[in-house]
Amino acid sequence: MLIKRAGRFTWSDVTDPRCLLSRRALLAGAAAVALAPGQGRAATPRGAPLGAARNAALSLAEPPTKLEHATTYNNFYEFGVDKDDPARLAGSLRTRPWSVRVEGLVRTPRTFDIEEVLRLFPLEERVYALRCVEAWSMVIPWIGFPLASLLKRVEPTGSARFVEFTTLLDPKQFPGQRPGFFGSSLDWPYVEGLRLDEALHPLTLVTVGMYGQVLPNQNGAPIRVVVPWKYGFKSAKSIVRIRLVREQPATSWAKANPREYGFYSNVNPAVSHPRWSQATERRIGEFRRRPTLPFNGYGDQVASLYAGMDLRRHY
Amino acid sequence: MTRRGRIVLKLVAWAACLAPLAWLVWRAATDDLGANPISFVTNTLGDWTLRILLASLAMTPLGVVLGAAWPITLRRLLGLFAFAYACLHFAVWIALDFFFDWARMGEDIVKRPYITLGMAALLTLVPLAVTSTSGMVRRLGGRAWRRLHRLAYAAGVLAALHFIWLAKVGRTDQYWHAAVLALLLGVRLVHRARRASRRRAETRPAEKSPAGPLRGTVVSGDR
Repeated sequence: MLIKRAGRFTWSDVTDPRCLLSRRALLAGAAAVALAPGQGRAATPRGAPLGAARNAALSLAEPPTKLEHATTYNNFYEFGVDKDDPARLAGSLRTRPWSVRVEGLVRTPRTFDIEEVLRLFPLEERVYALRCVEAWSMVIPWIGFPLASLLKRVEPTGSARFVEFTTLLDPKQFPGQRPGFFGSSLDWPYVEGLRLDEALHPLTLVTVGMYGQVLPNQNGAPIRVVVPWKYGFKSAKSIVRIRLVREQPATSWAKANPREYGFYSNVNPAVSHPRWSQATERRIGEFRRRPTLPFNGYGDQVASLYAGMDLRRHY
Repeated sequence: MTRRGRIVLKLVAWAACLAPLAWLVWRAATDDLGANPISFVTNTLGDWTLRILLASLAMTPLGVVLGAAWPITLRRLLGLFAFAYACLHFAVWIALDFFFDWARMGEDIVKRPYITLGMAALLTLVPLAVTSTSGMVRRLGGRAWRRLHRLAYAAGVLAALHFIWLAKVGRTDQYWHAAVLALLLGVRLVHRARRASRRRAETRPAEKSPAGPLRGTVVSGDR
């Protein structure tokens, strides 16, 4: 039997989500203006279209989560700890001009301007599963390019063993970085990291867009990474620095609570978060919980990276 | 307080307690529960369970502080609403969140301390709800009934710990709720200590308090 690939439609054929959302955006905007003058901002991203051909081989066959949900239900502590904080407050982030410094144990350290990144690396679309450590998940059509292509340009030296990502530190643009009554939620700036082989894995994606648009601010604009077999917090957002290092970086969540958040944080239904089970997840948009898959379903591609490792200990 | 005043007070309390539920129903009806509706409904019901429970626990201290009797007349109503919200919270967890997956729920109750605490808080409220009728007060006798109903504080502590334990890094609501509970407990303890010292002063007037005999008219009862 012939199975038709979904190549006949591209994202530009789909009704522009901004049109679909316009009524809600209008209502939300009106409500925001009425309730909180000065801070109101519609949650709907105003992203410019960003074209990229789908990499079908590395894309999930499942329908993507609604754009509205993917842009209003976010964990991005730089804006605040509530799920709707990023969508509400993301207007304060300025994504142009923006540059990313790539340095450390590399032969040719260099600063990439965001426009230069967009010119240098051919973009592709990949539909990935996103599994949050909080036991919910989404399916997102990201647009980006393999991190490996970027790292090859700076030529990591033989002593580089880890890659450290740093998010922008600016309490003016990131209200969540201002200390509150009980102090700061995390130790800023946000730092995440991968082992070099994880960073070079073809699935690890530098991401600049989603749903056929430029990445919305609340999803980590203008440039982030996406590591689909790990819990979402491993995928650093709004990156300003990528550093190749010898020692395992001290990452933000592992520092905040080492018992609950390990450096590896591979999606693993067999290893519970100390407070809740990771055996199941709620896919946003679905009613019933579904079982969580080892490595978020990417085991075939990535399990070999961890051969011989005790993943209960290296959670 | 007049009969009319009592009726108005109760109506206001009913409306206030039903408002969060009405708001949830409204948001559900207008498809406005967000990306993760089950989690949103569970959390909202949990929040209001604790808030209404705190409100019911606030009535006795409020009566003491204001020197008024009307807060006490709301205590039962608020307590029963807290129980109702707790039941809804629990029902949503069973029916929507876990969809009657008893094995997994059982495992969570045993293995996840925050769920154990929440479960314990709910169970603590059951005998209070059962004995909330005037008939039960009579049958148990005032003293035993009051002693039993101090469990409301235990339920409050369990619920506050349940909240603290499940909250993620960076959240602060859980501490504000716990602070209110601590304040309410504190007012009670201070009040009780005062009463006890007054009673001591009455029993040993010669040693400690020359004014003691003058205050002999104070009834040395339980309240």
